[in-house]
Amino acid sequence: MALAKRIIPCLDCDKGRVVKGVKFLDIRDAGDPVEVAKRYSDAGADEITFLDITASSEGRETTVKTVEAIASQVFIPLTVGGGIRTLEDIRTMLNAGADKVSINTAAVTNPEFVREAAQRFGSQCIVVAVDAKKVSAGNEPDRWEIFTHGGRNPTGLDAIDWVRRMVSYGAGEILLTSMDRDGTKIGFDLALNRAVSDAVDVPVIASGGVGNLQHLVDGVLDGGADAVLAASIFHFGEFSIPQAKQYMAEQGITMRLDI
Amino acid sequence: MNKVAVIDYGMGNLHSVAKAMESLGKDVHVDVTSDAGRILAADRIIFPGVGAIRDCMAEIRRLGVDAIVSDALQQGKPVLAICVGMQALMDSSEENGHVDCLGLLPGSVKRFGGGQSLLDADGQRLKVPHMGWNCVQQQGAHPLWQGIADNSRFYFVHSYFVAPGNAGQVAGVTEYGHSFAAALSKDSLFAVQFHPEKSQHCGLRLLSNFLHWDGSARPD
Repeated sequence: MALAKRIIPCLDCDKGRVVKGVKFLDIRDAGDPVEVAKRYSDAGADEITFLDITASSEGRETTVKTVEAIASQVFIPLTVGGGIRTLEDIRTMLNAGADKVSINTAAVTNPEFVREAAQRFGSQCIVVAVDAKKVSAGNEPDRWEIFTHGGRNPTGLDAIDWVRRMVSYGAGEILLTSMDRDGTKIGFDLALNRAVSDAVDVPVIASGGVGNLQHLVDGVLDGGADAVLAASIFHFGEFSIPQAKQYMAEQGITMRLDI
Repeated sequence: MNKVAVIDYGMGNLHSVAKAMESLGKDVHVDVTSDAGRILAADRIIFPGVGAIRDCMAEIRRLGVDAIVSDALQQGKPVLAICVGMQALMDSSEENGHVDCLGLLPGSVKRFGGGQSLLDADGQRLKVPHMGWNCVQQQGAHPLWQGIADNSRFYFVHSYFVAPGNAGQVAGVTEYGHSFAAALSKDSLFAVQFHPEKSQHCGLRLLSNFLHWDGSARPD
């Protein structure tokens, strides 16, 4: 009888197709986003995250149409991220049917944008996505830095200071990706997850590195995550969402099992 | 034709609730509008809301939505209030300092934790906003609960909750650090803190029940 931890499959989309690569290389096609979202929703996904990795403006129009199509058929929360830079971008995505938007690079280049967005649209729909990489040496206390552009550009920002600041500006949720683990299938960076979860009051979604179902459990029990996000383990049929939920429930985690 | 008006007072995403209603049948006509005449001409009314209460109340008053909602209720028209729409019905909210609300239902709106850490029964800290799928314990039968198992999970996202002034109006209760009113009912009004339009099968069932509700609080 408690709030359930969430499983969020992530659809990385390029030009209207779901894709998945390892560390942004070796992109593989994983299907039509509307079909994939519907399949996950029917299987009991607690939310869907749609990350648009398309750069061209032509592609952006496809994205808006795709979000509209998903939102007309899938009645669970939908988060849209990728290229959200202006209040107009947020308005467009919310009108298309997104419930939340995920802001990443634009938060780093203009932190005030997060404050304006939360004031205008409410904290409940503003997710700040954080890509963090460990920068401390083995004998130092753990320290993580914020990176942008898929982990290529260091910013000099300390990850813990950064998430505190984003929450004070009105972020309603943090989507935390470990750039060291993304695509590796060796599990979340649990120390990073725990440090971020303890630092802020808002829910934290753990992302980056899931290779098996125990990793999802560890993210919640050891990393303190409120939700776990994964892509490839679901896209390529290694595990199903009901399997993942059942396994997590067996480890004592509250899950939404009756859908 | 079953005509549903979704009151548009400029706050947040109305697409979701409109699409969810349209998915329920070909004879459902959804009108998203702030026009009093069109709203009152509908068979039933949805009063949604997201965002900060002060901005919501300012727009509600500017567009005369307060009068529209009370007129509809006086006519016995079914009204479903969702999330901040539910909070707006109460006497007041402590969000944004203190905001006077519509006073159509007795009670106030308070912040989870009230400025302190919110803890569960084991002393673990709970995150605010209350975000995700939680159980709703039904408080007796109601036409809108028909076909929905007791303690079913619905999707919530909110930092403020309703502390009702009349326990007899509580239709559903949820636990998050403490119990709070997840649903209220009075005559032809039903109000929910969760988002039925985002709560998959149970949510769509509640919306479908609303579509077929005659506005009387008696179970069929």
